[in-house]
Amino acid sequence: MAENKLIGHNYTPSDLVAKVTGRARYAEDFRADGMLFCKLLVSPMPHARVRGIDASAALAMPGVKAILTAEDLPEFVGAEKALTNEPFYAGEPILAVAAVDEVTAAEAVERIIVDLEPLPFVVDPLESLRPGGPNARTTGNAWGPPMPGGQGPNAPAPPKTIKWTEQQFADADEGRLPIGEPGEEWSYGDLDAGFKDAAIVLDETFVVQSTGHHPMETRSAMAYWQNGKLYLHGSTQSVAQTVPAIARWVGIEPTQVVLISEYTGGGFGSKGGGTVSMAIPALLSKKANAPVMMRISRDDESSIGRARTNMTGRVKAGFAKDGRITALDLFIVQDNGSYGPMGDHRSAGLAASIIYHPPAMRWRAISVLTNTPPRSQQRSPGPMQANGMIEPVITKAAKQLGIDQVEIRKINSPVGKAMYGPVGPTGQRPRLTSAFIVEALDKGKETFRWDEKKAYSGQRRGSKVRGVGVAVGPHGAGSIGFDSLMTIRPDGKLYVQTGVGNLGTHSLMDLARVAAEVLAMPWEKVEVVWGDTGKGVPWSCLSVGSQTTHAMTRANFAGANDAKRKLQEIAAKDLGGGPDDYELGNERVYRRGSPGSGMSYIQAAKRAIELGGKYDGHEVPDDVNAMTKRAAAMHAGLGVMGVAKDNYPRNGTTYSFVVGFAEVEIDVETGKVTLVDYLGVGDVGTVINPRSLLAQIKGGSCLGIAHALQQKWVFDQKYGLMVSRRFHYTKPLTILDIPVTMQADAVNLPDPETPVGARGVGEPPVGAGYGAVLNAIADAVGVEVFRRAPVTSDLVLMSLENGRRMHEPLQAHV
Amino acid sequence: MDQPPSDARSGISRRAFIKGVIASGAVASSAAYLFRGTGETIFGQASAPGSVERLITLNVNGQMRRVDVMRQETLAMTLRYKLGLTGTKIGCDRAECGACTVLVDDVPHYSCSMLTHMVRGRRVQTIEGLASGGQLHPVQQAVVDEQGFQCAFCLPGFVMAAVGFLKTNPNPTRQELAHGISGNLCRCQDYDKILTSLMRGGEYMRRT
Repeated sequence: MAENKLIGHNYTPSDLVAKVTGRARYAEDFRADGMLFCKLLVSPMPHARVRGIDASAALAMPGVKAILTAEDLPEFVGAEKALTNEPFYAGEPILAVAAVDEVTAAEAVERIIVDLEPLPFVVDPLESLRPGGPNARTTGNAWGPPMPGGQGPNAPAPPKTIKWTEQQFADADEGRLPIGEPGEEWSYGDLDAGFKDAAIVLDETFVVQSTGHHPMETRSAMAYWQNGKLYLHGSTQSVAQTVPAIARWVGIEPTQVVLISEYTGGGFGSKGGGTVSMAIPALLSKKANAPVMMRISRDDESSIGRARTNMTGRVKAGFAKDGRITALDLFIVQDNGSYGPMGDHRSAGLAASIIYHPPAMRWRAISVLTNTPPRSQQRSPGPMQANGMIEPVITKAAKQLGIDQVEIRKINSPVGKAMYGPVGPTGQRPRLTSAFIVEALDKGKETFRWDEKKAYSGQRRGSKVRGVGVAVGPHGAGSIGFDSLMTIRPDGKLYVQTGVGNLGTHSLMDLARVAAEVLAMPWEKVEVVWGDTGKGVPWSCLSVGSQTTHAMTRANFAGANDAKRKLQEIAAKDLGGGPDDYELGNERVYRRGSPGSGMSYIQAAKRAIELGGKYDGHEVPDDVNAMTKRAAAMHAGLGVMGVAKDNYPRNGTTYSFVVGFAEVEIDVETGKVTLVDYLGVGDVGTVINPRSLLAQIKGGSCLGIAHALQQKWVFDQKYGLMVSRRFHYTKPLTILDIPVTMQADAVNLPDPETPVGARGVGEPPVGAGYGAVLNAIADAVGVEVFRRAPVTSDLVLMSLENGRRMHEPLQAHV
Repeated sequence: MDQPPSDARSGISRRAFIKGVIASGAVASSAAYLFRGTGETIFGQASAPGSVERLITLNVNGQMRRVDVMRQETLAMTLRYKLGLTGTKIGCDRAECGACTVLVDDVPHYSCSMLTHMVRGRRVQTIEGLASGGQLHPVQQAVVDEQGFQCAFCLPGFVMAAVGFLKTNPNPTRQELAHGISGNLCRCQDYDKILTSLMRGGEYMRRT
């Protein structure tokens, strides 16, 4: 695609007018006749067992229609259900009441007596690892490695009980993470030799905090049944892939689920493939025989709305005189929360081996269950935590060795198809598809005027001191093997069906831009159909893990080429010659070199319908997913159909990178940290949609910046209750917290292992923002000031006043 | 909903927890923003002395709308569930996020934290009332042109706050406008682009 007309150009997505006029409907904006409202009864205790429920007084109330308990839900062993008889965290739903209105439902909840037996609980992973420490579950306190055979998170192996010894706790110096039995480990290279050859060896501990996802739209949902089918209006990041999940949670077949999710008010990983709580209105609606609206309050969202896993990491790293890492030894204690099993600790280990590229590395980790709300992947799950744990060591090494902070990252960056991680099942270490981090660092260094800013970093002016920092945020950025479905119809338009979610990143329109580019279709004649499985959508990737742009540009490239071939064949059939004698342009398929010949797309669409078979979608390839086949059947006979699975080869693992540059100003009299300048530069492959890409880089960076400066979870350790509820007590960035200058850019170099060249972008900026700001603070006031995030004013002030790092305890959630 | 505040109840829960006896499921949550959808009376409550008239007339987006309103009902719930104006979003239920911002007599207010009875005789404007005669409001047009928002759940609140602010300060600096809309949260968080789009909105308003 040498001369792209659409790819790489800004455009106005077709959903914007609905958004600015208030017509865009999110899950809670739908209504149905006779709609009931539901309220949840949640556990007041962090761990308990339900011994009995007396709902007689509630059921006797006029207006109360149904009560749903855990018994009404299908059983799946070991995995989280929407309601439970053994709450593992305070705020976990035990039952739900449907009534004619919310006031009645809430009153009914008050009248229900739940007999709860309190059970031992723990909110801090290190407490659970102490000898005799409490377990979060009666069956154990730590998840082991994943079950062989890839049975996935729905069938986890039972948790194990792992306790460390008093001696292991005693061996750790004050403020250093003790090291005991890990749950999992891997290594490669010669670690001992690496440390032996090092000019300096550093050993640092860092605490990365938990934060709730808190998308602006909570996980509200409305459901009703019609002709044996469940119609669910929900808030999800992914549409196609949420259907089988809902079917499993509700206990029906995927073909019985119609999911409507046209607009989603953010997810950040907390609504990846839907939300388990969707089962509540679905099953209450069935029981009450009426539509049910479940409005989730912000306070509910604080409990059931998911959060990032927090990690405490101990990092031992050796460096040669030139700054090259010689060995990296990483030990992670992950707070897994109450469900899972989570895999952030594994992603953190792999990310560390990618961005710091050590020749020898050992990763050991333990994922500890606690009685805190469930975690899920949060925008850059694992890699962001890796930035937090390891950046302090890199920054400190650069200072000690007298090397520039950008240079030490360039020296240690992977280049091209670099190897990373341990030896895999194939007997070889995996490789990246590509990496252009050095190019991004060079570009950013110039744009940010790094050298100029660096010259006055650390100098005091009055009570203010400035510092600059840089960090490389990595994340996996693309899956493969999904389907696409599109039709060119006799109305002359290209209809692109998509099963990804609408989070406002516009990746769901960008994938149609790729199809339109291949088919030489003007953008005004493209209709993107999304958000309603009743309209027929192809099997699409989860809109998580920065996958969509990579996975779905590939799939739509394949589908568009399928449609293109069919157009060429139709023309050859009617007009003579072979398919390759024809090309596309000007909404026509014409003889090469003679644009006036051939036939229009409208004529070709009509001919496809006459021809039938594969041309109009009555026959589809065998290798597409069953959902795609069902959707194709709905669109068969409407025009020329492009339908295909992405079978393009890929050699390597796709990762994207964003390099963050930050400048902070710190008032050493008040401890206040102000971010004054920020730049993010993406190495994300070919740029499809510049404006949305830059928005992703800036917005994702802000999530990381908030982790560096202000957001955290706080728990009442004695009662196991969350203190940092809602927005007020764990405040996200406001518009006043962003720097006056905030810039983004991209190197725009294509990934060689995907036909369109594009990789994903959503996640890598988070670690870039987090790491860059932490490093800038260290640059301004010294590397010894903090060893946990967020770096709040009181932490800075106390450390400066005492001349040493304060907040040393390794406690989580403080 | 004249129940005691939630603190008293969570106290009971906590005592119950400590003693390990029967605990009720009461949690600090909902009393203020619960919604009654039908015209039925509140269960178990006689109509209180001095209670206000239920059937009232509201001026919303220039139209007079008759509506049956509970005395504890918030404006956000009335707009969304009684008047079908779902463009006003509820993000936090209690004045933390600004997603529910509407204009009351041209001044931005959090509609989740205003009782509907407080706006009798006043002009309420929501995101649905901004466009007129098939033309987007200049601020709406600017948001489209600059692609100001991502998931856009916070958009109606931001736009209403900006429109209200620009009425009092039609030519603000970036910093001034940022202050004017700082009561609104976004989680996609390209605040930089949001501000650029709303500044352009100010520019369009000055031209018209």
